[in-house]
Amino acid sequence: MTAKRIGIESSLAIAEAVRLANVDVIAAYPITPQTHIVEGLAEMVANGHLDAEYIPVESEHSAMSSCLGSSAVGARTFTATASQGLILMHEVLLVAASLHLPIVMVVTNRALSGPLNIWGDHSDTMITRDSGWIQIFVENGQQAFDQVLCAFRIAEHQDVLLPTIINVDGFHISHVIEPMYFLDQEAVDGFLPPYKHPHALDPDKPVTMGCFAMPNLYTESRKALDTSLRESKKVILETWKKFGEMTGRYYKEVETYKAEAAETLLITMGSYSENAMEAIDKMQSEGRSVGLVRIRLWRPFPYMAFLEAVSGAKNIVVLDRAMSLGGPPPVCSEIRSALYPQEKRPQVVSVVGGLGGRDISPDDFEKLIDIGLGRIKIGDTSETIMFGVRE
Amino acid sequence: METLSIYAPKLVTNKEYIASGHRACSGCGEVLAVRYVCKALGRNTIISNATGCMEIISTPLPETAWEVPWIHTLFENASAVASGIESGLKSLKRKHGYTKEVKVVAMGGDGATADIGLQSLSGAMERGHDFIYVCYDNEAYMNTGIQRSSETPFGASTTTAPSGKNSLGQHTQKKNMAAIAAAHNIAYVATSCSSYPFDIMSKVEKAMKVKGPSYIHILSVCPTGWRCASNLTIKLGRLAVETGIFPMYEIENGKYTLNIDLPKLRPVEDYLKLQGRFRHLDKDITAEIQEKVFDEYNKVKRLAAGNKAK
Repeated sequence: MTAKRIGIESSLAIAEAVRLANVDVIAAYPITPQTHIVEGLAEMVANGHLDAEYIPVESEHSAMSSCLGSSAVGARTFTATASQGLILMHEVLLVAASLHLPIVMVVTNRALSGPLNIWGDHSDTMITRDSGWIQIFVENGQQAFDQVLCAFRIAEHQDVLLPTIINVDGFHISHVIEPMYFLDQEAVDGFLPPYKHPHALDPDKPVTMGCFAMPNLYTESRKALDTSLRESKKVILETWKKFGEMTGRYYKEVETYKAEAAETLLITMGSYSENAMEAIDKMQSEGRSVGLVRIRLWRPFPYMAFLEAVSGAKNIVVLDRAMSLGGPPPVCSEIRSALYPQEKRPQVVSVVGGLGGRDISPDDFEKLIDIGLGRIKIGDTSETIMFGVRE
Repeated sequence: METLSIYAPKLVTNKEYIASGHRACSGCGEVLAVRYVCKALGRNTIISNATGCMEIISTPLPETAWEVPWIHTLFENASAVASGIESGLKSLKRKHGYTKEVKVVAMGGDGATADIGLQSLSGAMERGHDFIYVCYDNEAYMNTGIQRSSETPFGASTTTAPSGKNSLGQHTQKKNMAAIAAAHNIAYVATSCSSYPFDIMSKVEKAMKVKGPSYIHILSVCPTGWRCASNLTIKLGRLAVETGIFPMYEIENGKYTLNIDLPKLRPVEDYLKLQGRFRHLDKDITAEIQEKVFDEYNKVKRLAAGNKAK
């Protein structure tokens, strides 16, 4: 393992992880705006640094459709997208999961139209929540590099065979140059076994993929897929353990930061967690009982790990970087439904912020927590707070 | 000639790649065309099938009629899936010791080809993937209940372009998919018809020899949607060709060849009158259709003649 620390843009580090994974096929489309991930990969293919087929498709719908085809013949397959691109491929995402095709995709999370806004938030990936993909969030470039390598191992594991998304916040991670550690080829080869689909399309052993199901079998098919997704957690945890043993960088489904014995917990996902940590540091130094819980594994949702992480808390402030127009935002909904069956449950207040690239600074996080606690104090937690909105 | 018609079928393989027992309507011309296409393709084939009649009739879970590896994902993406299959196999060959010679084939109906899937087909042809695209054109969305497509002919009544007091049914002309495919500068484009098994098979064999994209457009008679008797399938396909409504030709590297060049075309009425979808047409509209057929047929004839002159 190389211990050299290098400075590199996260997108290019992701491309390097994909190269190290020795991917066979990349299909990508530059919907506004693509990242340096696929540009970096195209360059590697052009220069002979990566032996892969690069399909410059004519739409994101075709990008994911091509991924279905290549994964179905047993080729290791990667794509990256964001925002409108992700929702244009949406129809195909559901098929990738139902056909058990272990495609790996990096989503550089961005806002959705309208109005048109290319900057970061979680609107795009929240619409993908129910697609059957394994969905993992990262907080910086190093984690993105690590999780892309883990994603291939998780997705292609014979007990899983499910497509996997690594959520990398647009701009705040994707376009930022960070110091990080790479792995060398030997380490990656030892960590990542070759991909073999047990029922690949093969003239010597013909299979039919993508039958239609009548009402008598559709429910059973969906149940089977849901079970596969839930049970993938075992392999996810095993993979992270093995990765930790190799690199010293350990990952968990739900990560905490100074959360032990904290009365109030802030819940975040993605890159804003690092700003939140600074706020927690400051508030704790002032004697406030606050801590941070970061959800890494979004699907399958880690109910037990989450409940354990918040078990001592009285108050929970949840930050969503996406909305569910006309209803409660997605992360908060998940958390409320996880907590509801518990006998002893904390007060939960929902905050939406950081939409369309709007920053939440450490100072803002302090304000955000205080606004949340203010609502809890007056017993008014029914409505979601739109943080920083000018009305 | 009589002896040939007895002898020729014996040369065709007995092997079926789409098994009987599928749920196609009686008299389905499309499934006949699929059968001939698959016989010509043989076993070393992977098929990417668009959503449509052929997918529904052949794969109700847990059954399948397919004897070759087959994948259906969505309506508009058969060509993109085929692109991925072809690229995947290329990569496996180069990197992982894969040695099989496999022909990748995408197929879909006229809606999946000329309407919703046109973009993905165009993209795959433009990128030059080594695959055959076969369009089974039954001239409307038959699987969903006979709605008009851009391949529905002028004057046909469908459920979304019905004939009525103020409507003659479809008021637009059939989209010319062969010309669109040829505009991608691909090496082989052909039209064929479900009533001409040997023509279909020989065209598929030609397409298989092409390195790169090729396109075959097969008019497939649909008694359900055309509102005709199911024992007229073969006759109607032949009439479509003999009236000049559906000329059978090839475009090889841009050069047109008219495969069945009739000295005299039969009147279109012979074809129209057997189908309920044209029942409402009066003499004037029929005459208009006749004019248009002459125009279009002569266009192809001129293109083919120009080719000969060179």
